[in-house]
Amino acid sequence: MATATAESSLSTVQGDGHKRKKNALSDGQGRLAWMLLAPTLLVILVVAGIPVAMSIRESFFLSNTGVDPSTGLIASGEKFVGLQNFAAIFSDQDLVRGNWGSIGRFFNAFWNTTAITVVCVIAETIIGVAMALIMAKAFRGKGLVRAGILVPWAIPTIVSALMWKLIFDANGVMNKILGTQILWLADNVPAFWAVFIADVWKTAPFIGLLTLAGLQTIPAEVYEAAKVDGATTWQQFVRITLPMVRPTLVVAVLFRTLDTLRMFDLPYGMVGPGKYHVETLSIFSYLEATQSRYGPAAAYAIILFLYVLLIAFLFVRILGADLISDPDLKKTKKKKKTDGDASDAASPTALEMAGGAH
Amino acid sequence: MSTTASEARTESHLSADEIAALAHPKPSPKARIGLIASYVGMAVIVLYCIVPFYWMVVSSLRLPTEGLSTELIPRPASTENYVAVFGPGNNFGRSLVNSVIVSGTTTILTLLFGIVAAYALARLKFRGKGGVLWLIMACSMFPLVVLLPPLLKMFSSTEPFTWFPYWINTYQSVILPGLSFGLPLAVWNLTAFFKQLPVELEQAAMVDGCTPGVAFRKVILPLAAPGVVTTAIIVFIGSWNEFLLALTFLQDPSRQTATVAISKFTGSTGFDTPYGTIMAAGVLVTVPLLIAVLIFQRRIVAGLTAGGVK
Repeated sequence: MATATAESSLSTVQGDGHKRKKNALSDGQGRLAWMLLAPTLLVILVVAGIPVAMSIRESFFLSNTGVDPSTGLIASGEKFVGLQNFAAIFSDQDLVRGNWGSIGRFFNAFWNTTAITVVCVIAETIIGVAMALIMAKAFRGKGLVRAGILVPWAIPTIVSALMWKLIFDANGVMNKILGTQILWLADNVPAFWAVFIADVWKTAPFIGLLTLAGLQTIPAEVYEAAKVDGATTWQQFVRITLPMVRPTLVVAVLFRTLDTLRMFDLPYGMVGPGKYHVETLSIFSYLEATQSRYGPAAAYAIILFLYVLLIAFLFVRILGADLISDPDLKKTKKKKKTDGDASDAASPTALEMAGGAH
Repeated sequence: MSTTASEARTESHLSADEIAALAHPKPSPKARIGLIASYVGMAVIVLYCIVPFYWMVVSSLRLPTEGLSTELIPRPASTENYVAVFGPGNNFGRSLVNSVIVSGTTTILTLLFGIVAAYALARLKFRGKGGVLWLIMACSMFPLVVLLPPLLKMFSSTEPFTWFPYWINTYQSVILPGLSFGLPLAVWNLTAFFKQLPVELEQAAMVDGCTPGVAFRKVILPLAAPGVVTTAIIVFIGSWNEFLLALTFLQDPSRQTATVAISKFTGSTGFDTPYGTIMAAGVLVTVPLLIAVLIFQRRIVAGLTAGGVK
């Protein structure tokens, strides 16, 4: 339906619109919509589209180094090197010792990024869902809890990094509580877990908030019916809560996953740059770029970008993360599929969650 | 169900006391345990969120020489760290001003562009809407570090960008790339808010002879003001907390934003990390945000759940 209206509004002159006007709100909208969207799309093109394209180009180039034999001056400019920046990832020239034994620095950063994302997102999801369940049950004091839960979110990540740096200091309070003498922030395995704890602290409440919004869309009648049928609390959780909160949770987990994949501030602030046990792809690429090794930096950033795209794609395809959730679009999609997908329409989604939270 | 039951009893002439007793049934032991458990759970959540922050506040109130003390309450309490933050070596006051300029400009630009775009996405039907939504979503997802190599090269006028003005240490070098995450965030939030307003409002306005543009300006915009404020706060906080762009492009201490300045604090005394000063600065940077968040907490939670938060 939406397609048809758009087509007619594009093909007809706006003047004769009142003759066959079915819906005052959907006439001549195509042109107006694009006019309203033009500034935003232009800005996105300039500040994101073009730089990303430039970054892709950059990844095939390498800055000239050394002395230019023809002029005797220090070489400047750059040369096209094809896939050399990508191929260099597999060379054994830049071996480092991190969590994964002696491997190339890129792969070290890649596996660090992957590992921290997996462990953080799993822990955040479990803690976040637990928080949401507790908050959903609460009778009084919801405002207080909500205020508290926003504290970790509002603290700038770099400030929270320095805060945890103090807590994890060798002479700090964490060692005192645990009664240990661990050097948390040296370039070692405990540093990885220190970063893990700091990230989970900051972002689990966020998953809790999103999940709570999803929980509040579940009608109480469903639970009452389950109780009448004699379902235990655990059965209610597994059979009702989880399936019904799943669309919300999948979107929340997707956001967290993509965010953790580009982690920079926490390891940089807590442990420092060039520490191989916590070096993520973002940090590695940043360090390369600031040392004027633009080509390799771009290559690593592009790989990270593709990695992020792949994960997002898998979430949408396999887990059915509904990010867009526009009812108009759903209608057209359904028309194309010829028969409707009932579960698709029933699920609360990212955009609709905003309404549910009020 | 319970209401129908009590109504039925009301008809069979129960005394007022009995009705009151039915309205507030005595909790069974099991329900009471559940209630206690939920309070304990909530206390655990609040402690989880607050305790590390409490540690930051407490550490900022110690004597500068006792930065690593593990006393729960600072003895003696001291505001010396807060004085030291504004010491000449740190440039902290200046960095706060820089942060306000950068975040403020980013927020205003984002809203200017975002409001009209969000209105189109929330209300109008047009071909290519799905594509636009995906584009904006994709824009909020990509890693910021992708922008660094070409922009660093460009802003520092390195070959082949010798034609480009030298933009390192300028505000625009952080504001413009910052739009790439601020704008999708704003569009996403505002679209959700506009969608909550009933379409009938504009329809009524249009029946009264308004064009869609006028209906938007005179009817929708005033009603969406709370949503706009919330979005402004969320974008402002996101921009205020931004670190990677500022770290890369703002190298001159007099141009650094607060987040970068804090990360570069060095002690005036010896080689120890000046934890007390850093924590004091951290508290100063965080408290304005916390106040805004606490005032607008309901709306911010609603805005956050609209998705796309970096």
